[in-house]
Amino acid sequence: MDRALAADGSVGNARVVAARRFADERGVLLGLAVVALVFGALIGPQFFSAGNLELMARQTVIVCVAALGMTMVVVSGGIDLSVGSVVALSTVVTAVVLRHESSAAGALGAALAAVAAGALCGVLNGVLVTQLRVVPFIVTLGTMLLVRGAAKGLSDERRLEAPATWLNDLLRTTQGGRGLFVPSGIWITAALAVAVAFTLQYTRFGRHLFAIGSSERTARLCGVRITRTKIAVYTIAGALAATAGLMAFSKLSVGDPTVANGLELDVIAAVIIGGGSLLGGKGSVVGTIAGAAIMAIIQIGCSQQGLPNWVQQIVTGTIIVFAVALDRWRSR
Amino acid sequence: MAEAVGAPRFEMRGVGKTFGATVALDGVDFAVASGEVCALVGQNGAGKSTLMAILAGALAPDRGEMRLLGDPYRPRDPLDARRAGVAMIYQELSLAPHLSVMENIVLGVEPVRRGLVLRDRMRETAERALEELGHADISPDAIVGGLSPAAQQLVEIARALASGCRVLVLDEPTSSLGHADVRALFELIARLKTRGLAIVYISHFIEEVMAIADRFVVLRDGRNAGGGAIAGTSAGAIVSLMVGRGLDDLYHRGARIAGEAVVTIEDVAPGSAPLTLRRGEVVGIAGLVGAGRTRLMRTLFGLEPVKRGRITVGVYSAPASPHERWQQGMGMLSEDRAGEGLAAGLSVADNMTLSKLAPLGPAGVVLPSKQETAARRWIDRLDIRCGHPWQKVHELSGGNQQKVAVARLLYHDVDVLVLDEPTRGIDVASKAQIYRLVDELVCGSGGSERAALPGADAERSCQGRRKSVLLVSSYLPELLGVCDRIAVMSRGRLGPARPVEEWTEHSLLMEASGTRAS
Repeated sequence: MDRALAADGSVGNARVVAARRFADERGVLLGLAVVALVFGALIGPQFFSAGNLELMARQTVIVCVAALGMTMVVVSGGIDLSVGSVVALSTVVTAVVLRHESSAAGALGAALAAVAAGALCGVLNGVLVTQLRVVPFIVTLGTMLLVRGAAKGLSDERRLEAPATWLNDLLRTTQGGRGLFVPSGIWITAALAVAVAFTLQYTRFGRHLFAIGSSERTARLCGVRITRTKIAVYTIAGALAATAGLMAFSKLSVGDPTVANGLELDVIAAVIIGGGSLLGGKGSVVGTIAGAAIMAIIQIGCSQQGLPNWVQQIVTGTIIVFAVALDRWRSR
Repeated sequence: MAEAVGAPRFEMRGVGKTFGATVALDGVDFAVASGEVCALVGQNGAGKSTLMAILAGALAPDRGEMRLLGDPYRPRDPLDARRAGVAMIYQELSLAPHLSVMENIVLGVEPVRRGLVLRDRMRETAERALEELGHADISPDAIVGGLSPAAQQLVEIARALASGCRVLVLDEPTSSLGHADVRALFELIARLKTRGLAIVYISHFIEEVMAIADRFVVLRDGRNAGGGAIAGTSAGAIVSLMVGRGLDDLYHRGARIAGEAVVTIEDVAPGSAPLTLRRGEVVGIAGLVGAGRTRLMRTLFGLEPVKRGRITVGVYSAPASPHERWQQGMGMLSEDRAGEGLAAGLSVADNMTLSKLAPLGPAGVVLPSKQETAARRWIDRLDIRCGHPWQKVHELSGGNQQKVAVARLLYHDVDVLVLDEPTRGIDVASKAQIYRLVDELVCGSGGSERAALPGADAERSCQGRRKSVLLVSSYLPELLGVCDRIAVMSRGRLGPARPVEEWTEHSLLMEASGTRAS
């Protein structure tokens, strides 16, 4: 990626823009390279085989999709702790609809219903944050329980079996991944990532998110409509979390109200490692994806190296703290 | 050393302090004796705050010496100053609102034995201090957050007494008090004086100074401008010392022709005069800090709800949000540049264009190339010193930051500019540029390119169309130099706007401090 930028750099303005755009990501991309090289050296070249890369991608898709929404929320200075619960609700809603109608069209309907349910949770978050003037941490801590409860109620606290449809194939492995034929779920994730990155960098909505996160008072002074922008960003985050739920459903092939417990912390970690700031005004899709990739590499690398789970957790925890410390040190 | 009555208890000689290129204090002498109230007066920016910060140990002087009770006094920090016996009562009280009265009074000097707080001793200390103030009616167990501003102030003074203070500094102590509370406070100050405390009283209100002080010291532009005994002077004489010099040639004034009314503000407070801003004129609003000028501007711009009265902008008379005000052609420059005026973490270009991103691309898209072109135009026009438009705005100097904030209004091409303290804390060169710009805007030459830039004419804007400016400032020479008419706001009430020729710094200050000229 850096080489591609250097090629652009021949034009003066483009270089400045690119420098601005990728200054924040340089650290996390470097970190990604280091982590990949360390495990590559430990495990050998087969660590970078197409099959293994695909495994990592499939592993991290759920976190990635949810983290796209979280990136937008964090840029606006907020946080969304309810994503894990929304993922669970999404799997349950999908299963419930599929039990009624399991045709291909029915599967599409199930997917749309799940995304709509997620968006609705997002609307709830946004309205509570803006109307009650309670900080997002508390509001989404509440909705985290609330949505989890709703998912359990809807499924009668059981795992809901559902007939197989194309939804189950979203993350089906292509067995060795010849060329670009990776699972469709990964393509969908990539498309969403491009869309969110474009939104953040090149749309009025995205610029408003950065402005609100950087200084809400300034944004208000400049006529940014804070309330509707915030409701919109939580809604999008909810819809993306529900999309992550579809990926989870594809893996599980059941609706499970207890799935993705604590997922929100992985998602937030990906955003933070990727250069997002919980104070708002900072964060990028490239950074977030790289952050999620770092965590996936550690996870898979450790297990393939035969290292126990506790080592993996210690390494990930250390990286989170040092990523933020390094970022603060750099911005001084 | 034995202390004679009348000998200075606290004394500073030749104290100087410089911030970067700004000389805040330039060899100031100041002294206060035991059993005396000495008033420190001066306009905004005269150096009072710096002097106080040095006295309180928050800043170290660059030069000069200070003595407390004859011994050298060099506090390392505010706590050190407090231990030495210098207590400050700030405008913004520094109490812990969730703690009780007695906990606040002994805060930091709690009586302890083996790590445990002795509540009985704490209560005794608090009760004794409150009694000394003649306010045994305040319960030591009351939670401070629930007390009236006057009672909170008493708690803060009690804390100062409990910590054994010998020099008490009161900074604008009446700004949040009602009439009766002011009288009670003055009685208290008189009582404390007879106990031998040395009291420094800082206030904008000359009448208060006349009523309570024994001596006064005037600061102007960081120097001693005069002083003496209150007996035998007049309010007018003190104000004259505060004002000092005449206007200089910083100010431009083209041919101004006032057109139709564009903004009217009516009945915003009981007894307020209506204010009309017309096309092609600059109307100034003078007043002391805390007089309600900023609140009025924020209400006008929709940042605070309209509680009373009627505000009309152009043809719109309904209350409006900031978003709507921008669309109606009004823009506002905030007095709080760091906290509100600019988003420090965003770039120059983002800050400048934030209020109007729509023309910078199709259908909600913002093209960085267009954003950059727009920003460059105003960077050149206002001579903003920055590396490139994508530089973060907090890396710029104060003057350049302010020009970015002003450029936002110009980029948006608003008809009415509400400028709240536009030159606060910026260098003289930037000030002069802002004055010239304001003049050009109201005279109708503001948007013209000094040197026509190829390709920039697609966005040719305010050329030829005359703007209107509402200017809030605490710096009187600036108001007199730039405005066509000036209204004075005092304690929430807006006075009538009179032509600038009818005002002098002296009369503005008299009116603002609630002193009727005789």
